[in-house]
Amino acid sequence: MATSMVKIESVRKRFGQLEVLKGVSLDVPAGGVVCVVGPSGSGKSTLLRCVNRLETIDAGRVWVDGKLMGFSEQGGKLHLLRPDELCRQRQEIGMVFQRFHLFPHMTALENVMEGPCTVKRLPKAKAAERAKALLDRVGLADRAGHYPRQLSGGQQQRVAIARSLAMDPKLMLFDEPTSALDPELVQEVLQVMRDLAASGMTMIVVTHEMGFAREAGDHLVFIDDGVIVEEGPPREVLSAPRHERTRAFLGQVL
Amino acid sequence: MMELPIEAVKPPRPGRLVAAVVAALLMAWLAYTVIVNPNLHWDVISEFLLDGRVLGGLWITIALTALSMVIGVALGVVAAVMQLSDSPVLRGAAGLYTWFFRGTPLLVQLIFWFNIGLVFPEIGIGVPFGGPMFLQWPANELITPFTAALLGLTINEGAYMAEIVRAGIRSVDPGQQEAAESLGMSHRQILRRVVLPQAMRVIIPPTGNQFISMLKTTSMVSVISGAELLTVSQRIYLDNFEVIALLVVASTWYLLLTSVATVGQRFLERRFSRGH
Repeated sequence: MATSMVKIESVRKRFGQLEVLKGVSLDVPAGGVVCVVGPSGSGKSTLLRCVNRLETIDAGRVWVDGKLMGFSEQGGKLHLLRPDELCRQRQEIGMVFQRFHLFPHMTALENVMEGPCTVKRLPKAKAAERAKALLDRVGLADRAGHYPRQLSGGQQQRVAIARSLAMDPKLMLFDEPTSALDPELVQEVLQVMRDLAASGMTMIVVTHEMGFAREAGDHLVFIDDGVIVEEGPPREVLSAPRHERTRAFLGQVL
Repeated sequence: MMELPIEAVKPPRPGRLVAAVVAALLMAWLAYTVIVNPNLHWDVISEFLLDGRVLGGLWITIALTALSMVIGVALGVVAAVMQLSDSPVLRGAAGLYTWFFRGTPLLVQLIFWFNIGLVFPEIGIGVPFGGPMFLQWPANELITPFTAALLGLTINEGAYMAEIVRAGIRSVDPGQQEAAESLGMSHRQILRRVVLPQAMRVIIPPTGNQFISMLKTTSMVSVISGAELLTVSQRIYLDNFEVIALLVVASTWYLLLTSVATVGQRFLERRFSRGH
C-alpha cells in the first residue's frame, strides 16, 4: 500500500444534539485525489474541516503525513497542541472554500503573498516573485493588481487556489470549490484543479461535479447522514452504485 | 442614428421657492442682527482670537484630544479583543470596564480623578495586596489638572471605543478568519493582518465622530481648571467681563478644529475602503 497522506479513523463530530459525523474512516494515499459527494447536510464539509482542525473532533484520530492532527501523544496520553504548533500543522494543508474568502483589502498578488510573508517570513521581493509565478500558473498573471471585487467568481477562486499553493502544502482540501460559481465559470476552476491533480498533489475534494470526480478522481466517497455509505473507483461507483442510497442520490444529480 | 436630446421644462415648485426665500431671509436677518449688534464687541473678538493665552489653551485642547483618542483607541481595541475572547474572566473584566465607565457621567469621572488623592494619598509602584512599595509619590503632586483630564478622557473614551471596535470586528465575515487560519496564521497575525484592517471600514466613521466629539468634550475639563481652550477663555472673561466675545473666540477655534477633523475623517474613510 502506498503511504497515506491522510488517515482518518472513526471520526465523530457533533454540533449540540446533532451528530454530524458518526464514525468516519478514510485513507488518502500520497498523490491521491479523493472526491467526496453526498447530499447537503450529510457531513462531507464537516469531514473536510476536521482534517485541518477548523472543527475539533469529538472522537477518532486524524493523521496528516503521519502526524496526529491537533494532539501530541505522550506516555499514552493525548495532549492538545499549543496554538503555535497547530498553526505549523495547518501550514502544510491548503484549503479552498466555497465562497473563496479572499482578503478583500488586498490585491490578488497581496493575497497570494500573505501566507509566505506573514507566516513564513519570506522577504517581500521573493514572495512577490513566487506569487506572480503562481498567478501565472492559474492563468491570472494579468490580474495581479486587481482587488477581489474586481474579479469574477472563477478568477477569485483561482486566486484562492494560488494563495493556498503559496504555502507549499502537502495536501489540498477543496470545499465545494465551484458551487458558488456561475455555470460558465466552473470549468476554468476545474481545469486548474485537474492540472494540480496531474502534478501529483494530494487532494480531498468535496464536490457536486460528478464529471470532475469521474475524470480527475482516483477514489470516490459517498457520504450520507454522517457515515460513508459507499466508496470505490469513481467510474464504478458512478456507473454501478451498489447501495440504494447512492443510487437515489446519483439519480438526482446526474 | 437620430439624436433625441432632452430639454424638458421643469414643473413649477412654488412651495419650495417660498421656503427657500423664507430660509434666506431668516439667515440674512440673523447675520444682520449679529453683525450690527453693539454688544458683540468685534474688536475684542479679533483682539483675543490670536491671543497668546488663547493659543496656549488651543494647544492643550489639541494635545488632550489627540492623546486621549490615541490611548483611548488602544484601550478600546484591547477591551474589544478581551470581550470577544473565549475566557470568561477576560470577557467579564472588559464587560465590567465598559459597563462602569459608560454608566457614569464623564463630568463625575473627571472630578473624581482630580480628587483621587482623597482616596489614595500615595501612588506608587510596589507589590500589590499590601506588599512593600518601591517607588511612591504623593497623589497631589502626580495628579495635575492635565493628568486628571487625560486619565478621565482616556478611560472614558476607551470604554466607548471598545463597543465600536467590537462591532467592527464582528462585522468581518467569519470566513476570513477561517481562510487565514488555514494558511497557518496565528491568532495575533489574523487580528493584525486580516480582521482589524477590514474592521476599520466599520470602525473609522464612528471613531471620526468620537474624535470630533472629543474636541468639544475636552471643554468639560474646565471644571477642574484644565487650562484648555474654554478654561483660558473663562479666565480671560472673568478678568475683563467680555463673556460673549471670548465664547465667540473659543467657538471659532472649536469650529475650525472640527472642520479640519471632518476633512481628515473623509480621507481616512477613503483609505480604508480599498477593495470595496
